[in-house]
Amino acid sequence: MQRTARVRQQESALRGFRGRVTAVTIKEVLSILHDRASLMLMLLVPVIQLLLFGYAIDTDPRHLPTAVVAADQSTISRTVLSALANTGYMEFTHRPQTEAEANALLQRGEVQFVVKVPSDFTRRLVRGERTQVLIDADATDPMTVTNPLAAAGPAIEQALRRDLIGPLKALGGHSDAVELVIHRRYNPEGKARFDTVPGLLAVILSVSMVLMTALAVTREYELGTMENLLATPARPLEVMIGKICPYFFVGSIQTMVILLLSWLLFGIGIRGSAALFALAAVLFILVNLAIGFMISTVSKTQLQAMHSAVVVLLPVTLLTGFMFPFRGMPSWAQAVGEMLPATHFIRITRGLMLKGASFDDIARELAALAVMLIVVSALTLSRYRQTLDTGAKPAA
Amino acid sequence: MSLAIEVHDLVKRFGSRTVVDHLSLSLEQGRVCGFVGPNGSGKTTSLRMICGLLTPDGGGGTCLGHDLLREREAIKRQIGYMTQRFGLYEDLTIRENLEFIGRIYGLDRLHGRIDDALERLNLATRQSQRTGSLSGGWKQRLALAACLLHEPKLLLLDEPTAGVDPRARRAFWDEIHDLAAHGMTVLVSTHYMDEAERCHELAYLAYGELLAHGAAAEIVSRSGLHAFVALGGGLDHLATSLRGVQGINAAAFGATLHVSSADPIALEEAIAPFRHDPALRWHEVQPTLEDVFIHLMGDARDNAADG
Repeated sequence: MQRTARVRQQESALRGFRGRVTAVTIKEVLSILHDRASLMLMLLVPVIQLLLFGYAIDTDPRHLPTAVVAADQSTISRTVLSALANTGYMEFTHRPQTEAEANALLQRGEVQFVVKVPSDFTRRLVRGERTQVLIDADATDPMTVTNPLAAAGPAIEQALRRDLIGPLKALGGHSDAVELVIHRRYNPEGKARFDTVPGLLAVILSVSMVLMTALAVTREYELGTMENLLATPARPLEVMIGKICPYFFVGSIQTMVILLLSWLLFGIGIRGSAALFALAAVLFILVNLAIGFMISTVSKTQLQAMHSAVVVLLPVTLLTGFMFPFRGMPSWAQAVGEMLPATHFIRITRGLMLKGASFDDIARELAALAVMLIVVSALTLSRYRQTLDTGAKPAA
Repeated sequence: MSLAIEVHDLVKRFGSRTVVDHLSLSLEQGRVCGFVGPNGSGKTTSLRMICGLLTPDGGGGTCLGHDLLREREAIKRQIGYMTQRFGLYEDLTIRENLEFIGRIYGLDRLHGRIDDALERLNLATRQSQRTGSLSGGWKQRLALAACLLHEPKLLLLDEPTAGVDPRARRAFWDEIHDLAAHGMTVLVSTHYMDEAERCHELAYLAYGELLAHGAAAEIVSRSGLHAFVALGGGLDHLATSLRGVQGINAAAFGATLHVSSADPIALEEAIAPFRHDPALRWHEVQPTLEDVFIHLMGDARDNAADG
């Protein structure tokens, strides 16, 4: 008898819990729906950002200014040069007389490349000896030079095969007749290749999830509705879950919009497991919602919450490997980066979208996200009390 | 009669400032108690402690038989608390707000209850209107309806009629008495003397201390205050000169001047020079509640200054 009574009590407690969570959720959904402008922004921002980063910020620029120092002016050397121009990456804008002059142009950043054809180019080629074309590249921005340099070799080879006719035809046959010597100047490593779209997903989700929850909860304190809510039987956990649910939905929609657009516009899809991707996205959205909630528990006004959110979000763009290569940062900055959920999420998205990573490859990052979710939620719940005690202004 | 509220020695401090200082208060079921006192006297803080929104730094007691410190959940389910600021969501419609509150309390027959509430409020035709567009009087009636939705046994109202016109205030108080007649206990804070006079009993709080508790007439008679009323011309001038005298309060009300003091001899002496002014007529009267409150406030301030 006692047992059934206890079971019944537990059932009614659960019903109460569900009812109050639903109540808060419905309220929050209505609030979002009534604020059409914010709703449109939430859905349009990902699209705008994706288009901006995808198109306006071109990571594959063409028609780069190039200086040519042609010490050898034969038909064959002209063939080689026009082959380089035809890749579309190089545009011969300068024809300096000396190498020193060309180096100065490169130094000043007036040209991206210097192409040098040595004076014995044709002579050596005709004799059947190996010959060279030299390209000096300004590799300060490695992204800019990667594609042009990759295209140069095949272009020259193809042009020689086509244009060497008659007695010289045999020379074009073997592919190593012309050696392409490339100097990456200023940044010889040039390893900073990163992909914008997977990182962008992390940034957009961070911004909208953190900001949205931080403001949604702080607004209740500022408008005085929280006092009313706290005087009801609604408990902190119930309010938190109820408030988070609608924004979780918004975050999922944003994720799908970004994925769809990046696939349609840039052909970047998910190479790894879609289920793993979904799991990572869910974890990441939840962590950010919890961070937003935590900000709201330490802020008294919406303005304060906004500022705190910016403080949290700035490192998300700078220290997570989204804007700047993670390995290029000093170790303290890397340590800060490791503390940010976005760092781990970017690694997961890059892994799954670009490299086709397996569960084992990203297990550590997933675990990091899970730990962060638990820690932040626990902190938030311990700070968010049922009373107005913390932060209550001396009442009139 | 059982006690709806029984608290003793409640203390609340914000930093070094003691906002509520050893407040003890008992309130019988079905009574309407007015919580009066100057701004910053700790009325809101006391109400918040009684409904479980603030944790007392000292003292304790029961609310509807539940322990103030340990049984907050049970208390919250059975009280209706109307905050000083409008506590409903202005971006939601009237009906959506009531539905939200109803769901939070897990009420059955939600639809019917809300229809009834809207009918009583005369808001049925405007139920899809944004709450933010309502006038102050309507907002206050809606807030009251919202905290009555779950049929609480105790109402805590924090300055419910601030900024509301007299007609709406009267309607509001008629409803309060109607509720009390059906067994509801009401603790309501107010600054309005006419409202204080409509309460069964009053609790006067100043600087965190309960200075008087009882029916309005009791408080007046226990105050030991003596009062005269002067009628005639030049009262404003007279008020100014009397106000300078130690221990004398003087306030002009239109064509009459109220002069009161705790010391009958000092009062006689103060008004003696004007007693035979042919332009004035003098009567000894019962002091008003306002006289008493202003007197109590002055005493408390003296105490605070001494301490």
